[in-house]
Amino acid sequence: MGESIEDIEIQLLLDAVYRHYHYDFRHYARASIKRRLLQARSQWGYDSISAIQSAVLHDESILPQLLNFLTVQVSEMFRDPSYFRALREKVVPHLRTYPSLKVWVAGCSHGEELYSLAILFAEEGLFERTIFYATDINPAALRAAQAGVFPLERMRLFTENHRLSGGHTSLSDHYTADYDRAAFSKSLRERTVFSDHSLVTDAAFGEMHLISCRNVLIYFDRELQDRVVGLFGESLVRGGFLGIGSKESLRFSEHADLFAEFVREERIYRRSSQ
Amino acid sequence: MTLQAVVIGTSAGGVQALSQVLPRLPADFPAPVLVVVHVPPRQSNSLVDLFAAKCRLPVKEAEDKEPLAPGTIYFAPPDYHLLVEACGTIALSSDEPVNHSRPAIDVLFESAADAFGPDLAGIVMTGANSDGAQGLRAVYAADGQAIVQIPATAEVATMPEAALTACPDARTMALERIVPALEAMIAR
Repeated sequence: MGESIEDIEIQLLLDAVYRHYHYDFRHYARASIKRRLLQARSQWGYDSISAIQSAVLHDESILPQLLNFLTVQVSEMFRDPSYFRALREKVVPHLRTYPSLKVWVAGCSHGEELYSLAILFAEEGLFERTIFYATDINPAALRAAQAGVFPLERMRLFTENHRLSGGHTSLSDHYTADYDRAAFSKSLRERTVFSDHSLVTDAAFGEMHLISCRNVLIYFDRELQDRVVGLFGESLVRGGFLGIGSKESLRFSEHADLFAEFVREERIYRRSSQ
Repeated sequence: MTLQAVVIGTSAGGVQALSQVLPRLPADFPAPVLVVVHVPPRQSNSLVDLFAAKCRLPVKEAEDKEPLAPGTIYFAPPDYHLLVEACGTIALSSDEPVNHSRPAIDVLFESAADAFGPDLAGIVMTGANSDGAQGLRAVYAADGQAIVQIPATAEVATMPEAALTACPDARTMALERIVPALEAMIAR
């Protein structure tokens, strides 16, 4: 089949967003982008993707809403508890050997992963020596991460995940419940720098000991994945750790040789020393 | 048409239903077969082992960015949506659940309809919710083959009934007729 009109419109919209706003979604995996844009179209009541393009070019107040469609995903605290258990049992002993630590949560969205790591580091006695960097391209998501407020109904799942991850405090020690919301303790983010950063267009972050970037790479095409894996390689200290999503892999990346598998089944890699 | 892919969606009763379909696929079946079964998020993908032992075709968990291979059965991993890119590679996503499900049948079917158009067969079988109904309609709207298990023969009729409501012109058939119907599409 030839390229459909919708596919042409999507390409033009992504070009327009890049040229006018410098948000670059051109190398995002297309099937998911298309699904989200079609959702936006029907939710906003537009006739076509071209109508979204016109709206976003002429009215910059549309951009934040479009970014929400294109970027935000709801995650879980301690998602894949076995990943956090592996961090706790296998990575933390190495991290203890450093007098100070830098941790980067790349693509932090609403902060579920950041707060999970902050709690884990507090439980393991590493919190006071760590600076966390939480980055995302979506300013609204960063604000949400900075607020650290989640629907109370999600705490049951988060608590269970936290327990399975080997947590030895009670999750409820770290938040206050208020009607239907759980607000996480301010102290958990006092050592966090929240920052607008694009994995697509921005440069490396220096001297990280741990980068956690899970279920972000699956949204990128091969070419962009390669760039980002290279960026992580540059950003880590020798012997630093990289955690990616359980269905992601560095296997096909041209920068794969920068990393060695550390905990294979949890997709935790270690920056090689060369 | 030249059958380029088959997509199958099922939920409650699905393992037994699939056991009556997938093992009948011949070793020289030329199209990839992608399957979404609703499973709890943390259940490891035991479906792969189960069906690998029963089927003549290779069975595996779908991996992100993997090119679809002919005659291979792919299961969606638990807690991820399974999609097909227009270029014929697999994509996974952790987007929010659709119809309370991740993986969701609609997500697979809609992306596959987009990628393969008339060269796709979509099959909805037993299940206790209406996931797959919109997806099957998309398959049909793209001139693909829409097939629904006869609701009366399904362990749970809700899913096939919902698919027929959304896509009334879908062909209905008993499970044992599905593989012969797919083979007939190849022969055409």
